[in-house]
Amino acid sequence: MKIIALAGNPNVGKSTVFNSLTGLHQHTGNWPGKTVSNASGKFKYNNKQYKIYDLPGTYSLISHSEEEEVARDFICFSKYDLIIVVCDAVCLERNLNLVLQTLEITKKVIVCVNLMDEAKKKKINIDLKKLSNILGVPVVGTSARNKNGINELLDNLENTDFNPIEIKYDEEVEDAINILIPYLEDKVKVLNPRWVAINLINYEESLYKKITSYLNYDLLKDKIIKNQLIYIKENGNYNIVDNLVKKSEQITKEVISYENKNYKQKDLKIDKITTSKLFGIPLMIAMLMVIFWLTIKGANYPSDLLFNFFSFLEIYILKFLEFLNIPQFLIDLLISGVYKVLSWVVAVMLPPMAIFFPLFTLLEDLGFLPRIAFNLDKMFKKCRACGKQALTMCMGFGCNAVGVSGARIIDSPRERLIAILTNVFVPCNGRFPTMITLITIFFIGINGNSFLSVIILTMVILLGFLLTFLVSYFLSKTILKGVPSSFTLELPPYRKPQIGKVIIRSIFDRILFVLGRAVVVAVPAGALIWLLANLHINDISLLNHICSFLDPFGKMIGMDGVILISFILGFPANEIVIPIILMAYMSTGNLVEYESLESLRTILVNNGWTITTAICVLIFSLCHFPCSTTCLTIKKETGSYKWTLLAIIIPTLIGLLLCFLINNISNFI
Amino acid sequence: MYLCDMEIGDKAIIKKIVAKDNIKRRLLDIGLIEGTNVECVLKSPFNDPIAYLIRGAIIAIRKEDCNKIEVDLI
Ligand SMILES: Nc1nc2c(ncn2[C@@H]2O[C@H](COP(=O)(O)OP(=O)(O)OP(=O)(O)O)[C@@H](O)[C@H]2O)c(=O)[nH]1
Ligand SMILES: [Mg+2]
Repeated sequence: MKIIALAGNPNVGKSTVFNSLTGLHQHTGNWPGKTVSNASGKFKYNNKQYKIYDLPGTYSLISHSEEEEVARDFICFSKYDLIIVVCDAVCLERNLNLVLQTLEITKKVIVCVNLMDEAKKKKINIDLKKLSNILGVPVVGTSARNKNGINELLDNLENTDFNPIEIKYDEEVEDAINILIPYLEDKVKVLNPRWVAINLINYEESLYKKITSYLNYDLLKDKIIKNQLIYIKENGNYNIVDNLVKKSEQITKEVISYENKNYKQKDLKIDKITTSKLFGIPLMIAMLMVIFWLTIKGANYPSDLLFNFFSFLEIYILKFLEFLNIPQFLIDLLISGVYKVLSWVVAVMLPPMAIFFPLFTLLEDLGFLPRIAFNLDKMFKKCRACGKQALTMCMGFGCNAVGVSGARIIDSPRERLIAILTNVFVPCNGRFPTMITLITIFFIGINGNSFLSVIILTMVILLGFLLTFLVSYFLSKTILKGVPSSFTLELPPYRKPQIGKVIIRSIFDRILFVLGRAVVVAVPAGALIWLLANLHINDISLLNHICSFLDPFGKMIGMDGVILISFILGFPANEIVIPIILMAYMSTGNLVEYESLESLRTILVNNGWTITTAICVLIFSLCHFPCSTTCLTIKKETGSYKWTLLAIIIPTLIGLLLCFLINNISNFI
Repeated sequence: MYLCDMEIGDKAIIKKIVAKDNIKRRLLDIGLIEGTNVECVLKSPFNDPIAYLIRGAIIAIRKEDCNKIEVDLI
């Protein structure tokens, strides 16, 4: 089986090429840094088996951030039969830099010039044949999103016509390389000695360490090599990559012609508005509010429908279970425990998730997210953090675990940690419907003014942003001291999202995901809470025992024991919190006929909920410990229990404090 | 004149980069070296960072980094 890797600059369509080759659904998005770890897939073509890796994007083989390191390590130190370097046809010049760097390591390169459709639209002509002649490796033009050129790419997989150009550096660089090579040849058999020589001259610590561990030999400990290197360094200043940049420039001049030099103007016109002093930030908030409004409005109807469907189905399931002669105890457990929680998760939580997520994906595909980072960077800098944290926060809306691993795109380890520790202040897709449900059933009412719901929700989200800034600032002043590091961010062109495809794909994704989680988490949690409510000691249920123990504490922060237990049980998946709360209330005797969502409010009120309770639950669902998946991801990304623990403690403490304050203030009033 | 002093629409050529290694490498990655043509295209709402057109891509750079890059207007 042949092993192929897809490398290239960020956001050039590597994952899209990967998907069209394998038929898989690796996530894509119109911003640099979507893919942060290797993904692999298999496919067959002309009776040959291939295994292909989708690497994170990287500008060069000298890495700066974690995800670039992943890509670099693969290209430099892994075994493969072929590397496809994917390039952006619209800015080929910069992409060629990476092509040239890759050619220093291996000959087995195919250049895939992607986004040909965009180049065509912008009237940029590229002579692919000439490019192939100059580079000495196969060059294929593709528009991966429309699957154009993919067949030609496939046909070239067995092409072994590699005769890459020899990249000649300035004379003094070449001299230096030639001095080193003889000493390296017998020591670095597994690597290309010329490449190692170049990297010794152009010393970069993390890469050097990798070379050392790969060779299991520290080249600089070798006296002769070390002395030669000192001699070389004394005799000149070597700008190796400068050479490559100039070479790329030269090649580009030969193969590209522009019919319209001002092809960026249309995008820039839009950007002038989205990043303007007056409209930039209000527009972002307005965009968010529109999405919220669509989510809230759109979720009501399917929610009601599902709700009725499940109540309808319940009767028949009940009949069926009775028919099977199952003991009453078990029937109650299954129906009032498991079935109820499960159906609430699906009916109440699923619709907002299934609407919000695709909408957000559209925004992502449009290319809006990097503009958010651009607009907000100054604020992050004030907090001594990185503007790319805005991107990880956006990912957090989908899932905090993704936001946490997405923090790899941040170069500085200190700023990356800040982004990881604060990601939980963005409500993920699991907590988001909790908030919407609370707002809808408690504050507004099902048929109430959804605009008001949007305002409340937006305020909660903005509070989350505020907390992110405050905590980031606090962290940089205390345990993560430091100054903001440098920052470059590419703003990709706006791209028209493939609306139909995105919506279908992400709704499908969400439904499967939520249903999967619902079964895994909601079923045992539902059973457990039912058992607690129905097993008695001294005539008082276990749930009551626990609640009366937790109640005083819960009351201090404006909630009660049931709510606290629900949050704890919601550790594996936040979307079960509200269903568990409702079920626990219902099973403790305050029986309410629930015909519709409207009756849920009555359940809450009957159990002592006031406006304060609802606000506190809202705030606490914004700030409390991250879910179990996120905690595991934090552990994996930071490699430390200390940081994971901190990531749990910080939001929980803040949440408790806020709720405590709110409760006291409202008591006072 | 420095990169950060450019106004929107200004075009310039990079004269000298006196930045630290770290940012210098980043700039090199995106093809910003001495002699490169740049155009200032966008300023963020708080005037920092500023985005430039560099070799066909729009790249945002913070003030702290721009003010170490000398340019000549063209
Ligand atoms: N018009 C057009 N858009 C494309 C094409 N290929 C990819 N795209 C879009 O370009 C964007 C980036 O694609 P990805 O596949 O996520 O890029 P990537 O190289 O994997 O990006 P990173 O993982 O961030 O490095 C997405 O919005 C794609 O839909 C193409 O051939 N034509
Ligand atoms: Mg990708």
